[in-house]
Amino acid sequence: MSGETVAFYVLAVITLGAGVIVVTSPNIVHSAVALIPAFLGVTGLYILLNAEFVAVIQVLIYAGAITVLILFVIMLTEGGTGLRVHQRNEQGVVGAAVAGAMAALLYAVVTRTAWGTGTGTLPAYTPGAIGQSFLGPNLLVFEGTSIVLLVSLIGAIIIARKED
Amino acid sequence: MTHVAWIIPLLPLAAFGLIIFWGERLPGRGAYVSIAGIVLAALASLAVLGEVVGGARADLTYAWAIVGRRPLTVGVLVDPLSAMMLAMVGVVASLITIYSVGYMEGDPRYPRFFAYFSLFQFSMFFLVLADNFLFLYMAWELVGLCSYLLIGFWFERPVAARAALKAFITTRIGDFFLMIGILLVFLRVGSLRFDDIFRAIDLGGFGGPVLTVAALLVFGGAVGKSAQVPLHVWLPDAMEGPTPVSALIHAATMVAAGAFLVARTYPLFFHSPGHEALTGVAYVGGITALFAATMGLVEDDIKRVLAYSTMSQLGYMMLGLGVLGYSAGMFHLITHAFFKALLFLAAGSVIHAVATNSLKQMGGLARAMPVTFWTFLAGALALTGIPPFAGVFSKDAILLAAFTHDKVLWLLAAAGAFLTSLYMGRLCWYAFAGEYRGALPALAHGQGAGHGGSPRNVGQPGAALHESPSVMTVPLVILAVFSVFLGWAEGPFDRFVRFAGVEAPPASLGVLLVSVLVAVAGWLAAGVVYFWRIVPSEDLRRAFGPVYTLLVRKYYVDDLYAWVVLGLGGPAIRLAGLFDHYVVDGLVNLTGWVARQMGLGLRYVQTGRAENYLLLVFLGVVVIVLVTLAW
Amino acid sequence: MVTLTHYLVLSALLFVLGLFAVVTRRNGVAILMGIELMLNAANVNLVAFNKFTAPAAVQGQIFALIVITLAACEAAVGLALVLAAYRSLETIYVDEINLMKW
Repeated sequence: MSGETVAFYVLAVITLGAGVIVVTSPNIVHSAVALIPAFLGVTGLYILLNAEFVAVIQVLIYAGAITVLILFVIMLTEGGTGLRVHQRNEQGVVGAAVAGAMAALLYAVVTRTAWGTGTGTLPAYTPGAIGQSFLGPNLLVFEGTSIVLLVSLIGAIIIARKED
Repeated sequence: MTHVAWIIPLLPLAAFGLIIFWGERLPGRGAYVSIAGIVLAALASLAVLGEVVGGARADLTYAWAIVGRRPLTVGVLVDPLSAMMLAMVGVVASLITIYSVGYMEGDPRYPRFFAYFSLFQFSMFFLVLADNFLFLYMAWELVGLCSYLLIGFWFERPVAARAALKAFITTRIGDFFLMIGILLVFLRVGSLRFDDIFRAIDLGGFGGPVLTVAALLVFGGAVGKSAQVPLHVWLPDAMEGPTPVSALIHAATMVAAGAFLVARTYPLFFHSPGHEALTGVAYVGGITALFAATMGLVEDDIKRVLAYSTMSQLGYMMLGLGVLGYSAGMFHLITHAFFKALLFLAAGSVIHAVATNSLKQMGGLARAMPVTFWTFLAGALALTGIPPFAGVFSKDAILLAAFTHDKVLWLLAAAGAFLTSLYMGRLCWYAFAGEYRGALPALAHGQGAGHGGSPRNVGQPGAALHESPSVMTVPLVILAVFSVFLGWAEGPFDRFVRFAGVEAPPASLGVLLVSVLVAVAGWLAAGVVYFWRIVPSEDLRRAFGPVYTLLVRKYYVDDLYAWVVLGLGGPAIRLAGLFDHYVVDGLVNLTGWVARQMGLGLRYVQTGRAENYLLLVFLGVVVIVLVTLAW
Repeated sequence: MVTLTHYLVLSALLFVLGLFAVVTRRNGVAILMGIELMLNAANVNLVAFNKFTAPAAVQGQIFALIVITLAACEAAVGLALVLAAYRSLETIYVDEINLMKW
């Protein structure tokens, strides 16, 4: 049992457990807060996968910005009262069944497919490689993404603005 | 012209199209367009006739659909038979259409009359030109439809509406047999083209009892359309229609279509073993000839007498065809068309003047309506076979063929000829001789002022007895000329329209003399009873009381049919009606109801909520994958 | 020995959890949280494939970074929508937003 395996399973438990809380908790604030261990679990997985830069960005943006944003909106709307309103709609059972079926299918597909192995190794210093890539082959994607950010920023402001 | 003969039916069809939509606004309220259509078609037909006499032929075919392995071809056949028919139909129909301008004047549905008339002319031309059973059957049905429309033209009168329905249904029974016959032929030969069928017969691929059955079934259609016994009951009642309709459809053309059908499909009859089919045709014709003549003797309605006369003469045509007198039968068809149309138009002129069809209210019209009288007389003499008018040539040819073939048939025909003269004589004396017995003020000297008015509004005080306007009398004169002189064309006709393998029997003076004597005897007998009143008709009626009743009741055939169809068949009819109402309509309504219920049910799927739709998407994915794996 | 399959199964389970949230939850914000989980699962997939089947380049990580960025944009706009909806409709429970339902 190598350390990697142990780490993997621990992180998996954290991520999936927090995920379960996110999707089933009747208290919306508990759901939102449970997002944090979920995202952090994913961060750990990234580190296991030698994607350090992505892990850091994950923490910053997901566990940081997005979770906080979600909490903000919960507080600004009625979720912030913490009252226990029933959170599941009428298709809970069917939804669970479908989700279970999807999981089973995906599991079956994934385990039965012979994924190939690639040649080479990841660069040791990934931020550098990523930076080089963004300013090289993926420059267009980079610039495009920045435009999308700009647009969504403006859009979100306009949509959320108070009418006066 | 021969090669574009298919234009001929299209001219009246175009006229129909124009009149039915814009009738009121066309010149002459549609009449002139109709006349133009038929006159142009008639001229074209005469041109075709001229070319065909000169030797032209045409058989234009066109592949219409692929049925099984072979294409179903349709087309147009121009040969002596069809050229002759085209010319006859064209000329007679033109004259009758012109006549109708005067006869139908004042009718509220004037344009529609001419539209239907043009449609009929199209159908008749189409029928004559058909080179295959499919076109023939289509045209056959179309003429039946036009007959229905025109008999019931004054549909406000329940009698007319019923008569139209009776005509349609009775001919439909004949058409049913025709259809079975056509199917039988198709099954055996694999093609509906006449040429293919005749070749199959010649090569021996189609023969034996099956051929006889097919021929007789095809004849069944002719029995219906030509009002032969037992499907004759519709023709007298069809006289409810306007007189031009009776003249064109129920004298000259549509009813002649039955004889034409037999002539066109003659190989079917000729090659049936032992000429059995021909014997059947001949006997049906002979019996009808006599049967109808007896009924015409006691009718008081001038048009009905002529209707029975038509029925009888059609019997003669069938008889002629049946005793291998192909040219004789067809020549009689042509001559009959002219003088019967003349007789009907003249009768219409009379009806127009006296506002009644009843012979009892006529009389003395020879003085008041001289043109009508002389042309009517010409037609009557032609019909009864008095030389040198046209009828004697054609009728004698038939009698000669019957004499050489089967004496029994000859006897039937001769008896019929005697009766023909008898009832025509009766008709002439009653209508034109003696004193006027009707209600209108009679004019001392008959002189025509061009006074129009449909039969329904003459008879007002002040409308005196007078000759019909020239638009009506000129066609009469033209037809009379044909009736007088057409007979001389017999020789060329026989050489022109003939069937290979059938030779006319050698001329026999004896038979000709007997025919003429019989005809003259009939006229004399009519004179004895009705003119000189040596033996008054009342005495005869009393002496032959039961016979008279039998004839007046039309041998109780109508009553029999009514009892069989309505009485015995009544429950079946009612059942069919219920079936139609509940099962057929029920099924149709059921499909509508099911669609509606499905809609009502399915609309709940559209909840308008995205989460439902999303669930359905993923559910669909799961289902598809599972189904794909399971297959 | 942790193989690609482990990561893929994990990401599948995470994805299914997110799916369950989206399909089942009434609160609009909860639905958005489910979407975030799904995006994370996709990211894990991308990075795992990068390491195991195409380690020569960092393309998978690039892709994952872009996804993170776009997820942020989408979360921002989505939450703004929820806010705006709350202001005018007084509710964030999506099954109560049925003005246009027949």
